Amino acid sequence: MNILAGLFALICVFPFVFVVIISFTDEKALARDGYRLIPKEWSLAAYQFVWQSGDTLLRAYGVTILVTVLGTIISLILMSLYAYAISRKSFRYRRFFSIFAILTMLFNGGMIPTYMVVSQLLHLKDSIWALVLPLAMNAFYIMILRTFYSTSVPDAVIESAKIDGAGEFYTFMKIVIPLSLPGLATIGLFSTLGYWNDWFNALLYIDNPNLVPLQSMLMRIESSIQFIQQNSANSSMSLAAMQSIPQDTSRMAMVVLATLPIIFAYPFFQRYFVQGLTVGAVKE
Amino acid sequence: MTAFLKNLIRNRVMLFMVLPGAIWFFFFSYLPLVGTVAAFKQYRFSREGFWASLMKSEWVGWDNFKFLFSTNDAWLITRNTLFYNLAIIFLGLVFAVGLAILLSELVNKRLAKLYQTGMFLPYFLSWVIVGYFAFSFLSMDRGMLNQIIGWFGVEPIQWYSEAKYWPYILVFVALWKTIGYNSIVYLASILGIDKSLYEAAMIDGANKWQQIRNITIPLLSPIIIIMTLLAVGRIFYADFGLFYQVPRDSGTLYAVTNVIDTYVYRGLKTSGEIGMSTAAGLYQSVVGFVLVIISNYVVRKIDKDSSLF
Repeated sequence: MNILAGLFALICVFPFVFVVIISFTDEKALARDGYRLIPKEWSLAAYQFVWQSGDTLLRAYGVTILVTVLGTIISLILMSLYAYAISRKSFRYRRFFSIFAILTMLFNGGMIPTYMVVSQLLHLKDSIWALVLPLAMNAFYIMILRTFYSTSVPDAVIESAKIDGAGEFYTFMKIVIPLSLPGLATIGLFSTLGYWNDWFNALLYIDNPNLVPLQSMLMRIESSIQFIQQNSANSSMSLAAMQSIPQDTSRMAMVVLATLPIIFAYPFFQRYFVQGLTVGAVKE
Repeated sequence: MTAFLKNLIRNRVMLFMVLPGAIWFFFFSYLPLVGTVAAFKQYRFSREGFWASLMKSEWVGWDNFKFLFSTNDAWLITRNTLFYNLAIIFLGLVFAVGLAILLSELVNKRLAKLYQTGMFLPYFLSWVIVGYFAFSFLSMDRGMLNQIIGWFGVEPIQWYSEAKYWPYILVFVALWKTIGYNSIVYLASILGIDKSLYEAAMIDGANKWQQIRNITIPLLSPIIIIMTLLAVGRIFYADFGLFYQVPRDSGTLYAVTNVIDTYVYRGLKTSGEIGMSTAAGLYQSVVGFVLVIISNYVVRKIDKDSSLF
């Protein structure tokens, strides 16, 4: 029992460990022996190279962090308000707006019509909003949030606040939000992960190298490590220097640097993800 | 009319709350539905924007669909999408349930927690990263896999241009990424089972395997059926990241890696077949919609609380 479960856990973690090892391998040893678990020669060259052409990586990090923070805040505000309104029985149009959200889960225009709207109508191509807005709302998360509200905020509490003369908005801010914080944290983390790992919107809408987020940069260096050079301030490299770039190991070093924040953060937030997964959608 | 206005005013705070979200849904979900008329047009991007492009493109009726289904591609991408999703749903279910039972049986709870954290890791990684992971194993001249088969005297294989291996590779990678995550749902259900049932079984002399077969699995079956049905409802939608990132967009592999989603994307970005791609996207949406409705209907019959709507 124990061995089987342990083995599977190991298989899940192993590729990451392997990539870390590759990134610390000497490029020449790589060319000779291939990717080894225990390389003959260790080297920090890849990290030195990434460090030297650091502004590209830093900018990509900056874009990702900006998009993630901005996106998480915006999507939390939009979704928490929307979900709260449709969780309230006193809201006359709640059925209409519930269906308005649920329909989007059932039928969507698909990739190309969405692309047309974002690029030709909203003109978001090559702007930070093309990375933020498309992921801002999610009908499924709204339903989960609605469930959280109805289970963690009893109607009686809202009623008594009303009797005490609190307005709808005041009640929401001062009573509902504090009571449903765990639910908001859960959805917030789902959003954060979605923004951090998103490369698809960048693939569709971003051509400007200064707006490339981390994941998208990893895709670009897959075909050419020079992407880092071209957009780096010290791009006046000679051809000889170009050839001495530790290409393979640098790529892997970038992968490691892009993954580290998640590796460190997720064990702390795991609880919330489990909670979000196991919350049943309560229906009326 | 005045009654309607009165209602609006009475509900103004709530309306104000749903407004930003409703505007988002309008632009990102409902307007693209209007855009699907491009499937019936000879679509051309025009400089004058969204409406002009849609209006000025010439009507061609069902031609895009006729053309799409006359090609070999339509059959290929449908087959691939369905085949991969079926394999992933079925195998994923078997492994995720098995894993959940394994974890629930572990005596050492701290170790179980540690294993769970390890298994959960792939869920948090983007497909780009997973694509790199796969490359470290599958690279022709440096990958670990070719080294391993080299020990047995097998010639190195060009993984990224040999189509026959990819069905196994893709299913394996998909399972690797999702099993840990899926097992959590089942584990939560197992932990919710009344312990006295197992105690009674033990008194009757049932061994571990009999307990699992006669208590755990029957009690899990509603959640298993529901999770599976919901997945079947989405069987027409492939995971774009898996089929685009892991094979590294390798052209020689398209026969086994091209699914509806990647086909639509390539129509937009590389081949420029906007009309036909939109038609493919619409075909996916319509069939997908029917499947979601059917699966949800069945789920509702089993357990009203677990259905989506």
